[in-house]
Amino acid sequence: MSKVRVLVGTKKGAFILSADGKREKWEVSGPHFAGWEIYHLKGSPVDPNRIYCSQTSGWFGQIIQRSDDGGKTWFQPGTPPGETKTPDGMPKGESNKFKYDVSKETGAPLTTHQFYDGTQHPWEFKRVWHLEPSHSDPDLVYAGVEDAALFKSTDGGKNWHELSGLRGHGTGPKWQPGAGGMCLHTIILDKKNPNRIYIAISAAGAFRSDDAGKTWKPINKGLVSQYIPDPNAEIGHCVHHVAMHPSKPDTLFMQKHWDVMRSDNAGDRWHEISGNLPTDFGFAIDVHAHEPETIYVAPIKSDGEHFVPEGKLRIYRSKSGGNEWEALTKGLPQSDCYVNILRDAMAVDSLDSCGIYFGTSGGQVYASSNAGDSWAPIVRDLPGVLSVEVQTLS
Amino acid sequence: MIRVVLPAHLRTLAHVSGEVTLELAAPPTLRSVLDELEARYPMLCGTIRDHDSLQRRPFLRFFACAEDLSHESWDTLLPPEVAAGKEPFLIIGAIAGG
Repeated sequence: MSKVRVLVGTKKGAFILSADGKREKWEVSGPHFAGWEIYHLKGSPVDPNRIYCSQTSGWFGQIIQRSDDGGKTWFQPGTPPGETKTPDGMPKGESNKFKYDVSKETGAPLTTHQFYDGTQHPWEFKRVWHLEPSHSDPDLVYAGVEDAALFKSTDGGKNWHELSGLRGHGTGPKWQPGAGGMCLHTIILDKKNPNRIYIAISAAGAFRSDDAGKTWKPINKGLVSQYIPDPNAEIGHCVHHVAMHPSKPDTLFMQKHWDVMRSDNAGDRWHEISGNLPTDFGFAIDVHAHEPETIYVAPIKSDGEHFVPEGKLRIYRSKSGGNEWEALTKGLPQSDCYVNILRDAMAVDSLDSCGIYFGTSGGQVYASSNAGDSWAPIVRDLPGVLSVEVQTLS
Repeated sequence: MIRVVLPAHLRTLAHVSGEVTLELAAPPTLRSVLDELEARYPMLCGTIRDHDSLQRRPFLRFFACAEDLSHESWDTLLPPEVAAGKEPFLIIGAIAGG
């Protein structure tokens, strides 16, 4: 029978939730890396036992952890087990180095971006927001970081180098941080075209590469953000998250800082699909595993009040690719609930009856085994959830 | 022999419990103690000093013999009691945040 493994990053550690295909009885493993912020963990589509994890702390910085056994044991890939490099057998920390490329040879000696006060500010690494393993190679993995940049490892996370064409393509000085920092939070790899990569940055916008990350272009036409003086600005939009179904790689769905958007031409132009949502502010967005026109969002009251509106936890689903939305509430609290759902905290499995999962700032992880028709909590009392990913295991 | 006390999370990362002891040939300075610590425990690189700048991470402080050495020059000699192993060199994380 198939199984699912839910990978949960929280403010105080990582948790792994496992169940068989019925998705009724869950085993909870964790906390792994107790006390650390786990911004994201994600498994390789090629080798589901290979999981990458971003372990971070304002005190101690960034650690990359890797598991090769489905999350049972972890190590810093800078030095795998058995390949220690010190006399005492201590692992190296090379996997934790994210060094911005400032070499003239690559044409990317970019050192400043716009800061909150409009002045230019040097690029400073803070943490890894998102890890995206390749569809074809378990040792190939991308990292989206803060201050926004894209890094790549081809050796299973041991070493990282920047794809500096992104910061260096010309718009970098106009990038500015959102409230949570200037983060590259979304990385989408096109399974059908290994040269195409989409990324999104708060608060710069969305970008696309068609040559495996060497060169990039902004893809923000059609986005409207009232705080940007220039209505035609291509840079400066606070894109919160982007989702894509692998069977339709030219169709993208975006949750922006206000507005839910859609593009059908690989991001060259966007149009709004907020429709009848009670509020179109939010962070998370995802697509049904088998229905490319069925999408899910978690509306949040406003940019000033980051919790669900009216005290009701509601996920909204559109089966028409946007504009017409229905509230999914069965099994979710409908009073006195004031949680948030962050951008990487929603995921889907690929079982026949598509499962949807999301985690909240209140520490709950909810699951639906019927595409959102009904929900039940897997766990209620974790630390605030930062990310949710799901592996479907045969 | 230099005794070093690490914050709890770094002890976990370094797979140690209790104090760490380091052997340094010359009289210890802030720089030489951290160099030796990171050489012995490379997974701590970047967790106490920034990877690139090698500056102290802002939420960490250095103490010895009840004195805050955090803003001293890297070539500051540690107190004789620390050099003799009678007192530890303390790396302390800020009690801040949630």
